[in-house]
Amino acid sequence: MAILRYAFYRFGTMLMTLLVVSVLVFAIINLPPGDYLSNQIAELKASGQSAGVAKAEFLRKEYALDRPIWEQYMIWMGFMPGPHGFSGLIQGNFGWSFEFDRPVSEIVGDSLWLTVLVNMAAIVFVYATALPLGVIAAAKARTWADYTSAFVGYLGLATPNFLLALILYYYGRKYLDIPIGGLMDPAFEGQPMSWAKIQSVLVHLIVPTIVIGTAGASAMMQRLRANMLDELGKPYVETAIAKGMAPSRMLAKYPLRVAFNPFVADIGNLLPSMVSGSVLVSVVMGLQTIGPTLLTALKSQDMFLSGFVLMFVALLTLIGTMISDILLVMLDPRIRYEGRDA
Amino acid sequence: MTQLPDGRYVDDAPYDPQQSIQQLERRDLDAPNWLLVWRKFRTHKLGLISGIFLLLSYLLLPFMGFIAPYSPNFRNADHLYAPPQAVRWVHEGEFLGPFIYPITAEADLETFQWTFVPDTENPQRIRFLCEGDSYKLAGLIESDTHLFCAPEGATLFLWGSDRLGRDVFSRILYGAQLSLTVGLIGISVSFVLGIFFGSLAGYLGGKTDWVINRVIEILRSLPELPLWLALSAAVPSNWSPVAVFFIISVILGILDWPGLARSVRAKFLSLREEEYVRAAEMMGAGKGRVIRKHLLPNFMSHLIASATLSIPAMILGETALSFLGLGLRAPAVSWGVMLNDAQNLASIELYPWTAIPMLPIVVVVLAFNFLGDGLRDSLDPYS
Repeated sequence: MAILRYAFYRFGTMLMTLLVVSVLVFAIINLPPGDYLSNQIAELKASGQSAGVAKAEFLRKEYALDRPIWEQYMIWMGFMPGPHGFSGLIQGNFGWSFEFDRPVSEIVGDSLWLTVLVNMAAIVFVYATALPLGVIAAAKARTWADYTSAFVGYLGLATPNFLLALILYYYGRKYLDIPIGGLMDPAFEGQPMSWAKIQSVLVHLIVPTIVIGTAGASAMMQRLRANMLDELGKPYVETAIAKGMAPSRMLAKYPLRVAFNPFVADIGNLLPSMVSGSVLVSVVMGLQTIGPTLLTALKSQDMFLSGFVLMFVALLTLIGTMISDILLVMLDPRIRYEGRDA
Repeated sequence: MTQLPDGRYVDDAPYDPQQSIQQLERRDLDAPNWLLVWRKFRTHKLGLISGIFLLLSYLLLPFMGFIAPYSPNFRNADHLYAPPQAVRWVHEGEFLGPFIYPITAEADLETFQWTFVPDTENPQRIRFLCEGDSYKLAGLIESDTHLFCAPEGATLFLWGSDRLGRDVFSRILYGAQLSLTVGLIGISVSFVLGIFFGSLAGYLGGKTDWVINRVIEILRSLPELPLWLALSAAVPSNWSPVAVFFIISVILGILDWPGLARSVRAKFLSLREEEYVRAAEMMGAGKGRVIRKHLLPNFMSHLIASATLSIPAMILGETALSFLGLGLRAPAVSWGVMLNDAQNLASIELYPWTAIPMLPIVVVVLAFNFLGDGLRDSLDPYS
């Protein structure tokens, strides 16, 4: 049951990290001078609307924005009773969005699941393309197959993904009739799940998945190729060839398994960059994920909304990294249970 | 041949101990490390070409005002969204040297767009070393001589003009000044922080190591872009473009150091046990001196290679931030700011040349990648 112990240990460190992250996030959303309400109050006072001022002052009290910053943090997290008792992130109250004048949970709603969906699809895409391409590039090293995949890979790394998005939309629409923008047909928005809705989501997912996954896939492909090349030079490969094994079977049976480890471990690096990418791409492509919400919230200093989105994004990557760590231990018994350093 | 008293035979010819060393061996034994690295790097063609290209680009940065025909914010109100003009050489079978056909804008009242009609009867020669808008050479010397400019009374939009009638080509050249230096400033910040914390953690070990390691882990597990967004959203909007530019590059650097610190730390952990470190400590060298004089030079070259590989991420980061409107803002010109105009499909469809700034981005990022790969491969000349 060592693996369960390790999983618990890993879960514990994740919670600790999340705690530190929450402090960091709270500090960042409080960085801009002033807050949404004090800006609004100043604006209302300038235009002489006293009724609005009273409301804003009330909200300031309601959300404890008049207290010292560390108390605000404790109340936001739910470690300390606010004006309405314990009611923070850990109690499931995500706060109030001043910009939209609605609870944060209502605004983010569906988009949380769509964010998870988009990122999962991108990860599947990364593995599905990087694995065969990396192996082929290594097995056929220094042939046109290798050079072509290296070229495509470099191009994928170098193209800013929002541009890739625009280009793919443009040509996808022109030649393949792929719908532009959004994650589903507008007709299905807010509708209950149905087969047609799932189909619509799947078709809309094609371009975002490619765009978000490309950079990660090319990086991973190159790493897999390098690992495979290292392994292919080793004597056991020669032995396998000498005893007459079919090359494809040999590849899959020996070097690939050894080269596969870093592949799983890499998800820890891959995930943050992909979540980053998905935020940017969502803004450009108009996906209903939390990316656009984050951008508007940051621009208007809607601190509880942006704080929640940042926390959610961090949580998503931390969970992904944790899963990859546990998978890695299951795959390779050589890795020590007590956390990997270096 | 002489016979010695003890009966051995000895050759009379003078003996040169150098002779038994093979030519190649001697050359490499005497060569300093950088020469070996350079020799190996030279064989990496793609890396070499990329290196030369980048070197030239950076050297030309101060002289962009001289090369660009227009100043970055010069507006030609009669030519909004003008398409790129081709430079021609031959007019009706007659060689004229580089010239263009002047274009005039006509309003198309059906699509409500400007259409541009070239006047093919009237070729106009491009002027060289001519007077134009004034600019500051290297930011210091006031000048108004340009390498080439538009013919009198005509326009020269090599890569078209944008929404406000500004020359895309000139703006790309000026944009390079900011877009390319963002990476350099960012990487310097990340370099200093990474080496400082990495060497502290690796050399001191113990509690310091633990704390720094946790910080690195936390920073690495966070998605960069949302953090970049959040931090740049905190930059007051009334700051001058230059201040914003600096703070953005510093932000990019601050979030980049953990990767570097990690590799520095790993190197230190293995090098700390070497005999020469112990020897230096025995002779009374302080911690700072051991780190600076004995440990760092050992893998400085590796650090430079990995830094080269992380510059592209910063250039792309700046582009992304400016593109979303949270990075540099007009009137500053960077490639990301320019791409802000090409944000929607309509402009890609109607005015594809507004997306041209993506070409230099792709080329520069590729060049840095190739250069970094070449450096990394050639840094170990003895392998």
